[in-house]
Amino acid sequence: MTDAVPILEMRSITKGFPGVKALSNVSITVAAGEVHAICGENGAGKSTLMKVLSGVYPYGTYDGEIWFRGEVVEFKDIRASEQAGIVIIHQELALIPELSITENIFLGNEIERGGVIDWSQARLRALDLLARVGLREDPDTQIKHLGVGKQQLVEIAKALSKEVKLLILDEPTAALNEDDSQHLLDLILSLKGKGITSIIISHKLNEIEQIADEITIIRDGRTIETLDVNAGGVDEDRIIRGMVGRSLESRFPDRTPHIGEVFFEVRDWWVQHPQVPERLVAKGSNLVVRRGEIVGLAGLMGAGRTELAMSVFGRSYGKYLSGTLIKDGEEIVLKDVQSAIDHGLAYVSEDRKVLGLNLLDTIKRSIVSAKLSKVAPRGVIDAYTESDVADDYRKRLRIKTPSVDVGVAKLSGGNQQKVVLAKWMFTDPDLLILDEPTRGIDVGAKYEIYTIIQQLAAQGKGVILISSELPELLGISDRIYTIFEGQITDDLPVSEATPENLMRSMTSVRQKAQR
Amino acid sequence: MTTETVPSKSNGGIADLKKMFGGGTSSLRQFGILFSLIAIIVVFQIWTNGTTLSPQNLINVVSQQSYILILAIGMVMVIILGHIDLSVGSVAAFVGIIVAKSMDDWQVPWPVAIGIGLVVGALVGAWQGFWVAYVGVPAFIVTLAGMLIFRGGNQWIGQSTTTPVPPEYSFIGSGYLPELPIAVNFNVLTMLLGLIGVGWVFYNEYRLRRQQQRIGVEPAPLWVSGVKVVLLSAAILWAAWLFATGRPGTSFPISGVILLVLVVVYSFITNRTVFGRHIYAVGGNRMAAALSGVKDRRVDFLVMMNMSILAAVAGMIYVGRATASGPQDGNGWELDAIAAVFIGGAAVSGGIGTVIGSIIGGLVMAFLNNGLQLIGAGADAISITKGLVLLLAVAIDVISKRRGGPSIIGIFMRRFEGKDNKKAVLPETMPAVAPTTASNESSLPADLPRQ
Repeated sequence: MTDAVPILEMRSITKGFPGVKALSNVSITVAAGEVHAICGENGAGKSTLMKVLSGVYPYGTYDGEIWFRGEVVEFKDIRASEQAGIVIIHQELALIPELSITENIFLGNEIERGGVIDWSQARLRALDLLARVGLREDPDTQIKHLGVGKQQLVEIAKALSKEVKLLILDEPTAALNEDDSQHLLDLILSLKGKGITSIIISHKLNEIEQIADEITIIRDGRTIETLDVNAGGVDEDRIIRGMVGRSLESRFPDRTPHIGEVFFEVRDWWVQHPQVPERLVAKGSNLVVRRGEIVGLAGLMGAGRTELAMSVFGRSYGKYLSGTLIKDGEEIVLKDVQSAIDHGLAYVSEDRKVLGLNLLDTIKRSIVSAKLSKVAPRGVIDAYTESDVADDYRKRLRIKTPSVDVGVAKLSGGNQQKVVLAKWMFTDPDLLILDEPTRGIDVGAKYEIYTIIQQLAAQGKGVILISSELPELLGISDRIYTIFEGQITDDLPVSEATPENLMRSMTSVRQKAQR
Repeated sequence: MTTETVPSKSNGGIADLKKMFGGGTSSLRQFGILFSLIAIIVVFQIWTNGTTLSPQNLINVVSQQSYILILAIGMVMVIILGHIDLSVGSVAAFVGIIVAKSMDDWQVPWPVAIGIGLVVGALVGAWQGFWVAYVGVPAFIVTLAGMLIFRGGNQWIGQSTTTPVPPEYSFIGSGYLPELPIAVNFNVLTMLLGLIGVGWVFYNEYRLRRQQQRIGVEPAPLWVSGVKVVLLSAAILWAAWLFATGRPGTSFPISGVILLVLVVVYSFITNRTVFGRHIYAVGGNRMAAALSGVKDRRVDFLVMMNMSILAAVAGMIYVGRATASGPQDGNGWELDAIAAVFIGGAAVSGGIGTVIGSIIGGLVMAFLNNGLQLIGAGADAISITKGLVLLLAVAIDVISKRRGGPSIIGIFMRRFEGKDNKKAVLPETMPAVAPTTASNESSLPADLPRQ
C-alpha cells in the first residue's frame, strides 16, 4: 500500500428513499492497486452504495462527495462512470444470450468506421481480451452456450475493453462452483498485478479473507469499520462480528410461546432447478414444525430458502424429485397450489408486488382472493359477505384505509403486507410460511406484523419465518434452521443461537448438525 | 387517503353514477366513454336533423352492430387475460357456412342447425384454447393461424360460393319482437323490455346503497340516487318507445334481444362469479393468481373457448340477417371487436376492462360509423375517422396512466381543483413503497417469471 492519492474516496454519502434511509454518512477509501472488499448483511446498503458510485443513482439524488483519481466526479449515468473507468459487474449478468462473445464485449462500444462495424478488428481484440482473462473460447460462440463461470469472464473481458481503472464485482462467485470461483479469484489477483483496482462484494467470507487487502464493513446503511487484512488478525469471526454486532433493541413484542406437538414435517426433500437439471435447489432437506411454534429459516441470498418454501407449497417452484410431507401424522401430496391451500398451507411470498398481490385490485377483492369459495356459495360471490369479511380484517389488522374499496396499489408497503397477511389468514391455514414478511416496510409496521405473527402462533398455528435479518429471526423465532446451498446446515433453539454461529452455518456446511 | 374521497363528495351523483360500471380505476374512464357516446349521438342528431334517433335508424344500428357487440363481450374477457383473438371473423364465417350448409344441403331443421353451430364453435374454441393454454403458443399466433385456417375452412366447405338459408331461420338476424294481439299503437313486448330495464336500474341502485351502508361508506344523498335512477329510467323508456313505435311490422330486433341477454349474463359472470374473478386475477397478475390457487391455464382455455362460441353466435346472426352465408362473411370483424374493447377502457396490458364498457365502446364506433354514413361521408373518411378515434381513446388511456390519474376527465378535474389539491393528489398515486436497499438482493429465484 502506498501513500499516494487513493483511487477512490466516497465521503459522507447519504442516500434516502421515501420512508427509508438506505445510506447515512457512509465513507470509504480505496487505495490504488488494492482489492477492497465490502461486507455486510443483506440490505445493509452495499449495493446501494455501488449504485451511487456507478451512476445508477445519478449525481444529485444523494448527498456527499465522490473523489475518483484525485478529482470530484459527478456521474449522471452509468455511461459517465464507465467513461471515467469505473465498471460494475452485477450479480445478474448483463449479457445477451443470443449474441456472440465478440458482439457482447463491444456492445454499445463497437469498433466502427462510419457506422460500419469492423468485425475482423473486433474479433482480434476480443481474442486478446479473452486471453487476458484466461478464457479459451472462440469469440464467435454465442453466450448461451457458455456456463455461468465463463460468462462471468466475458463480463470482465468486456470491462477490460473499456480501459477499466476500478472494477466492481457484486457477488461474483454466488452462482459459480468451486473451480470457477477459484479461477475468478486468481484473475482478480492477476488484474491487481496489472494495476487494476477491484472492489468486491461477497457473502463468502473465506474468499474475501483470501484476496482482500482491506475490508470495509457496512451495517444498517453506515460504515462500521475498515479492517486492514495485511496487518493481520482478521479472520472470518472478526468479520462476522462486525457485520452482525448490533444491539437488539426492544423492537419485538413480548410473548410466551405455547408450543405443542410436531404437526408438519418435510422429509428428505429434493428439488431440481426448473431450467438447469443438474442444479439442485433443495438437497435432502428435513424440517419439522410444531403447533404454536415460530420456526426461523436463515440463509443468505440464493441459499434456497424461497425455493424450498415454494416447492413445498404445491410445487410452485422447480421440479419435485422426491421427499414426503407429513401433516398431522399423515402423508399428504400437494401437487398444486390449490391442494396446498386445501390442506391448510399458506405462503406469503417475498415479493408482494410481483407474487403477492394483483395491484389492479381493491383491498376487498384481494383479501378474499385465495379462498373465494368461502364467500361464493355455488360459484356466485356474495358481495355483502365479501365486504363484511374484508372490513373485519381491516379492523383486526388495522389496515389504514378509508374503505376496503380502495385499490391496494394506493396503500403503503406495510398496509399492503397486512392485506397479503389477511388474504392468507382468510384461508384458515394451519401452517403459514412467511417469506420476508417485513421487507421494505418501516419499523412501526414491522412491530405490528410481528404482533400478528405471534397471534397466529398463539392460535396454535405453525409459522415458518424466512428472513434475511438475523435480529428479526432471533427476536421472534422459537427455533432457527440455517440453510446453505440448498442444504439445511443447522437447527438451533433460539436460546442457543447467536448471530455469529448462525452466520457461520449460513456460509458453510462444516458445522452440519448431527441431530 | 382523504384526497380520494373528497372529489366524490363534491361531485355527488356524477361520481356515484360511475359505479354503474363497477369499482376500480377503470370506472372513471368508462364514464368518460359514456359521455363521448352521448356527445356523438347528440352531435349527429343535430347534424342529421333528427335522423340519428329515428326508430328506423336505431333499428338499423342495432341489427348492423349486434354481432360486433357480441364479439366484443367475448373479446373483453380475452383481453383482460392479456391475450387477443384475431380469428373471430373467420370462425364466425366458418360456423355460418356449416349452419347454412346443414340446412340447405342436409335439410337439418333450423333449431338443430343452431345447435350444430354452437358445438362447432365450442370445438374450434377448444382447439385454440388448447394451443394457448396447454402448449403455450401466444394467442396472437394461435388465432392468426386460426384466422387463416377457418377462413379457408369456410371457403372449402362453401366452395367459395354463397349458400342461402331458409326464411324461418333468418329471424334471428332480421326478425323483430312480435306484436301481441292487444290494440295499442306501440309494440307491447318492446315496452315490457324497457320496463324490465327500469326495474333493474332500481334494484341495482338499492343494492349499491345497501352495500355501501354495510361497509360503513356513506352513500350519496338520497336525492342523488333519485335523480340518477330517474334519468336512467327515462333514457331506457325513451329508447324503448322509439323502438316500439317505428314502421309497422318493426320493433326491437331479435338480434338485439340476444345481445341484451348475453350482456346481462356475461356482466354477471365477470362481476359476480368466482370464474369471473379468476379472469381478472390472472389478467392482473398471473403469478400472484397462480400462487393463490387459481388454475391459470384452465382460465385461459375456457376464455378462449368461450370467445369462439360467441363468434359462432355472431356468425349465425349475421347469416340470418344476410339470408345467406358467403366466403367474405366476417372479414375485419376482429378489428372492430378489438377496437370496441379498447375504446371501452380495457388495458392493453390486461387486467382491466368490463363488458358494459366494451359495449359502450362498440356503440361509440357504431354511432360514429352510422352518423358519418347519414351525413354522406365516404368509406374512406369513415375509416380514417374511426382509426383516429381508436388511437385517441387509447392514447388518453396511456397518458392518464403515466400521470397516475384515472382518466382524461380526472386530469381536467384536477386542473379545476387548483394547485393545492394537485399536490395532494399526486403523491397518492406514486408507488406507495419506496425501493429499499434490499430490493435488489432478492432471494427470489431469478428464473421464476419464465416458468
